[in-house]
Amino acid sequence: MHRGVDAPRTPAVGGSAAAEQAPAKPPDTGAHLQQRFDALIADDERIEPRDWMPTGYRKTLIRQIAQHAHSEIIGMQPEGNWITRAPSLRRKAILIAKVQDEAGHGLYLYSAAETLGVDREDLLDLLHEGKQKYSSIFNYPTLSWADMGAIGWLVDGAAIMNQVPLCRCSYGPYGRAMVRVCKEESFHQRQGFDILHTLSHGTPAQQAMAQDAVDRFWWPSLMMFGPPDERSAHTAQSTAWGIKRLGNDELRQRFVDICVPQARALDITLPDPDLRWNENRGHYDFGAVDWAELTRVIKGDGPCNEQRIQRRRSAHEEGAWVREAADAYARKHHNSSAAEALA
Amino acid sequence: MTIPPGTTTATARRGWPLWEVFVRARRGLSHQHLGSLHAPDAAMALRNARDVYTRRGEGVSIWVVPSAAISASSPDEKDSFFEPAMDKAYRHPSFYDVPDGVSHL
Amino acid sequence: MSASTTAVPAGDLVRTAFAGYLLGLADDSLILAQRLGEWVTRAPQIEEDIALANIALDLLGQARTLLACAGKVEGLGRDEDDLAFLRDEREFRNVQLVEIPNGDFAVTMARQLIFSGYQYELYRALLTSTDPMLAGLAAKAVKEVAYHRDHAVQWVRRLGDGTDESHTRMQTGLDHTWPYVEELFERAPGVAALPRIAADPASLRPAWDSFIGTVIAEATLTIPQPTWRARGGRAGYHTEYLGHLLPEMQYLHRAHPGASW
Repeated sequence: MHRGVDAPRTPAVGGSAAAEQAPAKPPDTGAHLQQRFDALIADDERIEPRDWMPTGYRKTLIRQIAQHAHSEIIGMQPEGNWITRAPSLRRKAILIAKVQDEAGHGLYLYSAAETLGVDREDLLDLLHEGKQKYSSIFNYPTLSWADMGAIGWLVDGAAIMNQVPLCRCSYGPYGRAMVRVCKEESFHQRQGFDILHTLSHGTPAQQAMAQDAVDRFWWPSLMMFGPPDERSAHTAQSTAWGIKRLGNDELRQRFVDICVPQARALDITLPDPDLRWNENRGHYDFGAVDWAELTRVIKGDGPCNEQRIQRRRSAHEEGAWVREAADAYARKHHNSSAAEALA
Repeated sequence: MTIPPGTTTATARRGWPLWEVFVRARRGLSHQHLGSLHAPDAAMALRNARDVYTRRGEGVSIWVVPSAAISASSPDEKDSFFEPAMDKAYRHPSFYDVPDGVSHL
Repeated sequence: MSASTTAVPAGDLVRTAFAGYLLGLADDSLILAQRLGEWVTRAPQIEEDIALANIALDLLGQARTLLACAGKVEGLGRDEDDLAFLRDEREFRNVQLVEIPNGDFAVTMARQLIFSGYQYELYRALLTSTDPMLAGLAAKAVKEVAYHRDHAVQWVRRLGDGTDESHTRMQTGLDHTWPYVEELFERAPGVAALPRIAADPASLRPAWDSFIGTVIAEATLTIPQPTWRARGGRAGYHTEYLGHLLPEMQYLHRAHPGASW
């Protein structure tokens, strides 16, 4: 197995024999290590891969980073669906670049996950077997070109809202990956807004297309922030660990507050009759999110769950002979490959 | 060879090996570690690194190094506490819960 | 280089020939970009999704520059989108190689090897074109295409000299694409009217042959001896495949006449 540079591993051969056969850790060091970890978290320091960390912290990070990476990879599909049909060459180029960025972001994140001692190959298996999840927003179909706008504006908008605080995540490699992702994603949301703006100021058919897309993606976008904090299984511990910096509800509210004036600028109606400014709270009130729908889609009963995983699986399976060929070539030619280093 | 005996052999390896990527952002700066990627060999690793880590012209020079070829010190010199069993646990699918909550993505 | 710097040759015949020549180059890049776009989310490895998308983006960029320029030369007020989305099958001037379906990764890599090898020689020749737009485009494109060619070389070597299965598939990929090679080097209609502006395709062949010969040999593969050859793409005579690719590419644009996107 090959892990990131930073991944924990036993000392290299050639190190001292003592290091090779480190004695079992003294019983009292566990508490000491925990104290040191807690102190780093309390000081808002970053945890780096080779630091000791509680099993739960490592497990939570692996789960979250892997889900995040999977979301980027599966998230390529709904937009990839329109690459061959983009209505202008300029839009086609932008869309290809955006989907390509998503692949890149997935790789940054898998790379961060691998510093925790897991293999991307194993994570992909878990994705393909349905044992690890991805953001359920990508289980909705993209039915019109305007969906490229709605995804950019709402889905990427919600993702950025979630991701900006993650740049300060206590785990160094995750935070650093998110800095790069956020930097690159700034154009994603803008191009989505730009698509919708063009459509909503276009022909009546284009306007209807834009409204329909927002009607379909608004509520699923709000679900992207996760269930209410009091019902979220992970929020409290993740917050204590500095993995999560802001609660689901707070992020959702911020998102709504930002979207309402933007929707006005787009001349698009957000599909929520209860949406109104609340002077006392200084925020927009909004209607009840259908959490049953989220649960249902997460559990597999969404319009595209089956299709998304099937596409991923078949790309992986149909590519197996290519990956094997490259491996075989590397072994034959020994061109300073890691295959040789590992052999 | 820097991998614990018994856990890694060429035949046990799944997928392409991992490479660490270092990019010189511009002349006058040293190469900086940006992340990792998978590739069958050094030639492909360099090409993949160009596509993955310099899509926006972020670099003038790239190094790739097999992750397995790097020896690292631990910031806390706590290496000896990473017993093989500890990191092996993450290799098994049973380690991972199917989350019942929602991803915060 | 912007299209406005094109030195439009005097005379209607030359103008028509030049517009047609530019359309040929543009359509090659556009149609291949469309095909490579189909790969995204289906590649053998995520890194390869990114690489194929990169190549598609480069080709699309070339196509847009060339189409805009062709529209200017033509003088009928058509922009890049009019030319890409509103021409019918018989008006496309690309070689047939770029329109054939992707097949498996070996077919796609065979096509990439053949085409990027050709485009590399083409753009190198156009570096000295007396048309400033073409020379400028070539200066940018030759660097892009050098990378596409290298990408294809790396893969053809690995697939050819990888496993038994990949060797068979790669040879099959070459066999499948080789009938489309001759057409690349055929003198297109009108090129004779554009001395020192256009590149004579036949003049690109020796360098391409020598490059391809080396790669195929290194990859332990054999240069195919096809029993038939494609012809007519530059004159608008295409495979049936193009008639399926174009509707997919054009339908949305055409469904909303006059709309902005």
